[in-house]
This record gives sequence, structure tokens and C-alpha cells, in this order.
Amino acid sequence: MTGVLARVAFVSRRLVKAIVVIFAIIVLNFFLVRMTPGDPALVIAGEAGAADQKFMDDLRHEFGLDQPLWKQLAVYLGHVAQGDLGFSYRQRLPVTQLIADRLPQTLLLTGTAMAIALALGIAFGTMAAMYAGRMADTMITVLALLVFATPSFWLGLMAILLFSVKLDWLPLFGMATVDSGLHGLALAADIGRHLILPAVTLGLFFVAIYARLTRAAMLEVRELDFVRTARAKGLGERRVVVRHILRNALLPVVSYAGLQAGYLVGGAVLIETVFAWPGIGRLAYEAVVGRDYTVLLGVLIITSIMVIAFNALTDIVYVLVDPRIGSTG
Amino acid sequence: MTKKPSRAELMGQSLQSRRTFIAAGMASVAARPAWSQTPKRGGTLRTIINPEPPSLVLGISPLIPTGTVGSKIYQSLLSYSFDLKPYPVLAKSWTASPDGRVYTFTLQDKVTWHDGTPFSADDVIFSTTKMLPETNARWRFILEQCESIKALDPQTVQFTLKGPFSAFISSFVNSTCPIMPAHIYGANTDYRNNPANATPIGTGPFKLKEWKKASFIHLVRYDGYWDPGKPYLDEVIYSVVPDSAQRVAAIETGRVDLVSNNDIEYFDVPRLRQQKNLTFTTKGTETRSLMSWIDVNLRLPKFQDKRFRKAMMHAIDRQFIVDKLYFGLGKVANGPIATTTRFHDDAAIVKYPYDPKKAIALLDEMGLKPDAKGIRERVSILALPYGEVWTRQAELVKQLFGKVGIEVTIETTDAAGWARRNSNWEFEMSFNFLGQFIHPAIGVARAYISANRRKGVLASNVEGYSNPKVDELFEQGATAVNDPEAQKAYSEIQHIISDELPVLYLTELAFPIFQSAALHDAIVDGDGASNDFSRAWKS
Repeated sequence: MTGVLARVAFVSRRLVKAIVVIFAIIVLNFFLVRMTPGDPALVIAGEAGAADQKFMDDLRHEFGLDQPLWKQLAVYLGHVAQGDLGFSYRQRLPVTQLIADRLPQTLLLTGTAMAIALALGIAFGTMAAMYAGRMADTMITVLALLVFATPSFWLGLMAILLFSVKLDWLPLFGMATVDSGLHGLALAADIGRHLILPAVTLGLFFVAIYARLTRAAMLEVRELDFVRTARAKGLGERRVVVRHILRNALLPVVSYAGLQAGYLVGGAVLIETVFAWPGIGRLAYEAVVGRDYTVLLGVLIITSIMVIAFNALTDIVYVLVDPRIGSTG
Repeated sequence: MTKKPSRAELMGQSLQSRRTFIAAGMASVAARPAWSQTPKRGGTLRTIINPEPPSLVLGISPLIPTGTVGSKIYQSLLSYSFDLKPYPVLAKSWTASPDGRVYTFTLQDKVTWHDGTPFSADDVIFSTTKMLPETNARWRFILEQCESIKALDPQTVQFTLKGPFSAFISSFVNSTCPIMPAHIYGANTDYRNNPANATPIGTGPFKLKEWKKASFIHLVRYDGYWDPGKPYLDEVIYSVVPDSAQRVAAIETGRVDLVSNNDIEYFDVPRLRQQKNLTFTTKGTETRSLMSWIDVNLRLPKFQDKRFRKAMMHAIDRQFIVDKLYFGLGKVANGPIATTTRFHDDAAIVKYPYDPKKAIALLDEMGLKPDAKGIRERVSILALPYGEVWTRQAELVKQLFGKVGIEVTIETTDAAGWARRNSNWEFEMSFNFLGQFIHPAIGVARAYISANRRKGVLASNVEGYSNPKVDELFEQGATAVNDPEAQKAYSEIQHIISDELPVLYLTELAFPIFQSAALHDAIVDGDGASNDFSRAWKS
């Protein structure tokens, strides 16, 4: 009984905390965004190459930018409380719709990249730890260092040159073939072909990080007493490595993956730009350039909600990987 | 005397030698010589749009990328050839009264909107008197010259002007006067938020099939198009590709057939020009005729002596900018009216060849002596945030000014920041560029007439120039009844302004267009890649 109560109290505390954090993020971002010089009316006029006072006044009035700032904030907060993220000045569409259109693409890209990064990273890290000090280890470490130090957009461009331009194996840009008329599996395969280069490019950077994290943690764990005990019990090497060393070495990887998950939503701007991937990072970037305040704030709110959600998720994964955390906390 | 333009007149001298006649009663301008193959029906034109426009509705969004795509969907009454002669689009012919006050347009027959509704003079009246005055600053200026606009019958529209306005017939560029459907926008005057904006309905040769935001815009042939047999293409696909290296790869590998506007960075041009499978042109910028210059804030005491401005002009090696920064594209700008705009008069212009010695002599004459560090004067310049080539120009000017003892501080910002500071006069000097739109009364006067010194308004007289004589001459040029009279006023303007230098002229911009060899007649008039593509075809 007390356990349930404690859990309810814990969850509600976290919820209140999350709401306060989101509120603070909105207010802070609202003022930060408004402190930048210029406004959407000016940007639109600048791109049009022609404007007069009426044109600008009309736009500002329509966007509500002629109201006092505190009033604009109050109106905005009121809307957000009702789940309405406002209206894009530039695209003249509801922000929720714009974000809903882009979010799945970004999650597909970053989710695939993360899966690649985790799978390859842990595999390479394990291999490096098992052959520590030998040729395989050196090669993996050097490669990881190289990938880690190379800007991912450059890697992307080189991958494009090799696989799309020279070899002509993969598509050059976009997420699917335009008007291909494909359905079901064929469509999935088409998207898959478009997904390979951006996902691998984005994932490689993290492969390097996970490989190094896994290697270091495993080297530390394999010297511990319980590993020696396991070996003494006569367990096979494979079982010792996977069940005893790797599982215990995974905690730092999980922590880092939790951090990366926050990055999942907004962090792929460069890759999305290089590969013309229709994701939310580009939406946010274009919103900054166009001073599309509502879109930018909307993306920031969604991003922060995702970060909070992923943090909670990380906590759960901790418990799965290491049951001791659940029983003590 | 009424003027009923013949087909040859409409299309201009330079086009007469070319294959121009497709069918009787139809004007067509072909970019290929007479011996080229006949157009073939079918095919897909793949090209690029960058940046992605916020809307495709030309009537509510006057942005350049909107025009690039929207020009296939919406049309104006006229369009303009490479040498800026008007030719028929939705108007099949027109007459002008001898006093230059009454223009009567006869509309094409059998024009329908993409939803099947017939097009009529009512749409023209609605667009020019109701919708565009609310949404388009350039059209608002044209409308101010009009006394009345009325439909004589469903096929005829008559514009009566308050007085002669020589630029009137040059006003029907499709980004200034796109004809919008009255049956869709007539009932709801909140044009910008009309739900119909998501599904554009025009009279153009292509209609919107699908727009996947941030990915592509897919246009398909409108089978009910008014010009029989056209368009030749089945579809036009614009891919949104934000990275310039990707765009180069796309045209190089033949994944797209056409790149235009700012798609290709200038430093990639020489290499692409070597490609045998691509054709290259810089034509198609005539309608817009963008010219770049440095605004000088004439309100500040240090800029008020015109010898200082002349000295700065002599200190800038503009040929170097064209040759080395634009890789030979474009040309040096000398005066207020571009060589591609009407009434340009080279003989009237005072020129400032690159001559640092002369610049130093002028500064000496003014009494601006170098201090211990060799510095005579300090200025700050607001750079344009539109890419590499502008940054390089700011750096070059800093270096060249340094040679004559003017120390430059470069100020950088992003597009919105630049727009705010430039329009609010918060600069000492500022890079800038402006389109001229065929006639000086439309695109040139706005930067110099004293009535247009309006704070907070872009593309106005931001430098604060004021010369009553110039104001009067611009008035004369705009109200001239015939071309020679207008020419006289504009020649004098070019002389005075190039002598007084309210801004420091840099270059006339050219934009590289590359096309695959299979694409024909895509670039056929002064609108470049923003023409309607009704004549484009693939072999």
C-alpha cells in the first residue's frame, strides 16, 4: 500500500517538475527568440524585394506583433495550455500540423541511426575489449577516433559522392521517389534505400562513442571478482562475456544513449540538410532564419517534452539492465 | 490612333529570326533556332526549388521561390521577352489610346481555371482592384496610377489612368499582377488565411498534384489549358534540396534536368560549364534585373561630401568582383538603370574606373589626411547574409579601402537582422541589391526619390538621398507619353545620379542556369525559370 502511494507521489512529483520545466522553457525561449533582431514581416518583405508600410503593418497586425510583448506571451501560454501551438506566420499552417508532418521522418532517421550506433558500437566495443592491446583493438580504436573527429556532414558528402554519384547505387536526396506509385513493402524498400546513407552517416559518430564507452567499461568490469567467480564456476567464455561482463558494462552506454535520445529530435539539422531529409531539424532551422517565432517555440516545446520523456524511459531501462537500481530506488 | 500590335512586334526584333509560329492566333517564343526539332509531347521535367516557398499562391506571397513554382500555376495578362517587349498571355491583344491614358485588353477565349470554372474579365477586375491591392506592394503602386478599371464585356477589360504612365504596359509581370480566381477568393476577404491557399487554382499550364513539405512539389499538366496542344510536358517536379553540393551532384548526374536561381554557387560554375551533357545560360534575368550596390547613409556628416563617395567608388575594383568572385558572370554596374532595363543610357553615365591613386587624390583634396597609422577615415559596412559571394565582397572592399586609407569594420548579421538594420537606417554603409522590373518608374525610382525615404520599409530610399531635380525628372519619366520624352528624363537622371553617387554601384547580377541537353525551350523569356514552362519539352 505504501509502495503504491510512494510511487504515485513519485510520479506526480515528476509530472509537476516536468510542467514547471516546460513552462520555464517556454517563457525563456519566448524572450530569447524575441530578442533577435528583425521580425517575420521584415523577412517576408526582404524576400519579396518590395514592400511598403501598409504591407508590413498588415502582416504585423495579422501576426499579433503589434501587441505588447507581455500580452503576446499571455496569449501564447493560454493557447499552449490548451494544446494549441499556434499558427505559423510563414507557412500559414497550424504549428502542430507542421510538427506532426515532420516528426515521424526525423524519428525514423534518428531512430535508425541510434539502432545502428548501438548495435555496431557495442559490438565493436566488445571486440576491442576482448582483444585489448592486439591488432583488432588498435584498428577499432583508430577507426573510432577517425570517425569521431570527422565532421558528419563531410562524411555525408563523401558518402554521397561515392555511393550516389560515382557508383550510382543509392538515391541522391529526399526520403522517397516522387510519385513512384509504390505501396506496402516496395514503398518501405524505397524509403529504406533513401534512409541508408543519412542514417549511417548520422550513426557513425555515435558508433565511435559507444565503442569507446563499451570498451572502457568492459575492461574495468572484467577484472572484478564476480567475473573471476563466473570463470571459476566453469562458465564458457561467451557466456561470461555476454551475461557477466557486457551486461554490467552497459550502464554508461545506457546513460549516454539516454542523452542521445534527447538529441534525436532536434540534433540532426546538418544531416537533414545535406541529404534533403524532410525532418524537424530543418523546420527549426528555417524557422530561425525566417523568424517564424511560433514554429520555433513549438519545436522547442516538443523537443523538451521528448527529452523529459526519454529521461523517464532511461530510468526504466536502467532497472531492466541493472535490477539493483529498481530495488534500492 | 489605336495600336493593335502585330505578332512580330509583340515578340520583339531579336526573336524574329527564330522559329516563333506554332499556330495561327497564338504567339509563341521559341528559344531554339528554326532548325531545331519540333516539340515532343510528354515527359517529366525534374528540377530544384531552394529555399522552399512558404506558399505557392502568387496572389498572396510575392517571394521569389513562390514565383518560380507559382508561375506554372498562375498567369498574368502579359509576359515579357528577353528584350522586355510585352507579349500576350491571358490577354490576347491590347490597345492604348494616343494620350497614353486608356488601355484596353482583350482576353483569350476558352480559358478555364483548374477547377473547370470559366475565366472572365470579372477575375481580372477582382484581382486588380480587390485582392492584389491588399497583398502586393508593387501592384498597389501601379493601382495608384489608375483612375478606373472596368469590364466592357466578359472578354474585355479597360484600365483608365489618372494621367499618362509610361511604365503601365510593363506592369504585368506575373509576380506583380497574377490573375487570381474571383470565385474562390471573392467571398472571403481574409486572403492570406483562406483555406483555399493550400490547393492553388490557377489558369496556368500546370496544376498542383501534391506538395510534400520539405520534400517535393509535384505539378501535373492541366489538360484544359487554353493554349491548344500545350503544355508539352506531363509533369514538373521540384525537389527541395537545401545543400548546394547536393544540387551540383543532382544536375551533374542527370537526376534533375534544370537548375536555376541561386541553386549553383558561383565557384561551381566553371567546372559545370565543362560538362558536355549540360547547356549553360545566364539569360532570363531581364525582367527582374537585379543590381547590387553599397548604400551610403547620407545622413551622416562624413558621407555628405560627394568627393568622398567618388573616392570610394574609384577604390573598388568591380571588374575583379565580376571576374573573380562571380567567376565572370554578370557585369560591372555603373549607374542607377541596369543595362537590361529600359532607358539605360551608357553615354549619360559618369564612370569610375578602378583607380586608387585618383581615390587618394580626391581624399587629399578634401583634406582627409592619413593619421600615424595611415588611416584617413573609418567606416563600418553591413554585409549581406546571403552566402559566400557577399561575404567575399565585403572582405574585398575592406582590403581595397584599406589601400587608400579608409579603415573598414565589417558588420555581419542574418537575413532578418540585415533587413531590420537596413530598413531602419541603422548602418553607415550597407550592401544591398534591388530588382528593377523592366521600367525605371517601377524598380529604380523607389531607391532615389525623396518621397520614398520611409523608415522601416525595405527596398525604399534607405540611403536618404534627396534632390528635387531628380524627383522632378523621375516624375517626368513616369508620365511621359512617348519613349523619346521618357528617355530624355531618364538620361538626365542617369547623369545626375552617377555624378552624385547616393549609392556605390557594384554589379548587375547574373544567375547561372544549367539544363540537360534533352530539355528544350524551358528558358524562353525575361522571366527565366519563372516563366510558365508551357513551351518547355524534352527529347
